Amino acid sequence: MSLRLRVNPITCAGHGLCAELLGEHITLDEWGYPVIADAPVPPGLKKLARRAATDCPALALLLVKEP
Amino acid sequence: MTPTVLPVAATTSGITALPRLLPTAATSAGATMAVDLAGHLTRHGPLPYRGRPRLLLDTVHAAGLTGRGGAAFPVARKLAAVADAGRRAVVVANGAEGEPASGKDKLLLWTSPHLVLDGVQLAAETVGSAEAFLYVHRDEKLHGRLRAALAERAVAGTDRIPVTLVAAPPRFLAGEESALVNVIDGGEAIPRFTPHRVSESGVGGAPTLVQNVETLAHLALIARHGAGWFRAVGTPVEPGSMLTSCHQADGTPTVVETAIGTPLADLLNLTTRVQAVLVGGYHGVWLPVERARGLKLSNAALRPLGAAVGAGVLAALPASHCGLVETARVVRYLALESAGQCGPCLNGLPRIAAALGTLASLNPDEGTRRDLERWAGLVERRGACHHPDGTVRLVRSALVLFGPEIDRHRDGWCGARSSQPFLPIPAGVPTGEHDWR
Repeated sequence: MSLRLRVNPITCAGHGLCAELLGEHITLDEWGYPVIADAPVPPGLKKLARRAATDCPALALLLVKEP
Repeated sequence: MTPTVLPVAATTSGITALPRLLPTAATSAGATMAVDLAGHLTRHGPLPYRGRPRLLLDTVHAAGLTGRGGAAFPVARKLAAVADAGRRAVVVANGAEGEPASGKDKLLLWTSPHLVLDGVQLAAETVGSAEAFLYVHRDEKLHGRLRAALAERAVAGTDRIPVTLVAAPPRFLAGEESALVNVIDGGEAIPRFTPHRVSESGVGGAPTLVQNVETLAHLALIARHGAGWFRAVGTPVEPGSMLTSCHQADGTPTVVETAIGTPLADLLNLTTRVQAVLVGGYHGVWLPVERARGLKLSNAALRPLGAAVGAGVLAALPASHCGLVETARVVRYLALESAGQCGPCLNGLPRIAAALGTLASLNPDEGTRRDLERWAGLVERRGACHHPDGTVRLVRSALVLFGPEIDRHRDGWCGARSSQPFLPIPAGVPTGEHDWR
């Protein structure tokens, strides 16, 4: 089973923590909002992805299981 | 906007006769074209309740009816999903019609409210619902007409479940499903981000069937006449008729009920004085007129070009107008209609609108087009709803089709002879919270 990161664009306030933790998978657009790579979270980044989701100050980052 | 009486397409005979939904001269009460309950029953016959949930599903499936609100989702699948939810469902007839260039739902509700309300009762029976709402843009005259129609039905005892009329705020996004649920639940007409479909959790958390009012009117006729009758017009893949809102190049707006698959050239007068055709409304695309002349009004014909039938809005842009100026006006309106909830839409749409405004003026800054294309990529698929995606679709098609005009503007001149606005935009902009309620 793979994991995918999704952002709730309504609650996301552009704190940018997720991009600091997961720079290889998440970049920030020119307004500071996360742009998530269109791919499952690479196995080596799963732990960081979990942390990014837990630590998001707006609780806007969601880890979604994919079959 | 007050509903206006608009010309209706000529009729033919037999089971392929159109219009089906709109009144014919013979069935309408003079100039208002409004049909009362007695006239409705004379033309269409009594409401054919099935007596139990789900019994209508096979007929709707066989008819191949799809949603007429824009997404063309198969109605039988939606009905089945809500019926299968296992909890008491809610039915909402969506007549919000926030699209400024669309007039078909207003006209249908004005002329044939009983067909829509029959559809509400039959849909409610099919999904096992005891509660229904009719959600229509705030308009005192139209709401008065609908209250009168509901009162007629109460006296006649036609309805098995009560229907509550709810006013939709005059916003472009008011008809978006999650915004609609918010309003009926007492909130603002702004979209939600939710992992659930409204068919699982909608009004008050109940499984909710949201269908466009035209879709429900078709359902009411399919229940009476069957799938074969419905399929006698349209294409095998996209059967039936649909209401279209057509804006001719001379400025005349009409609502026409037409078979799906009708040539665009039968609906719009595509003379040499037309330069482009807008298909699918303000979330739609511009097509070159030479292309449009050979196209039919069906998703099978339009999707390969990145276009879709949508809610049936068509506009023929006259050669006297600048496509960039027209698109810039529409996109500015769309940017102001953003609910402003999602960062990319909140930041991107106003910049996209401003850049398009720059391209629509003479001698625009070098780099404007490059900025515009970058921002378009940054807002796509990043909103809770499809507003940014639809807006970008329109912008991209304008950049392609009006590319030569962009070059002319860069060189300091514009091909347009008229600065009169062509595409309709409502007056006023949302300024506060009260505007979304």
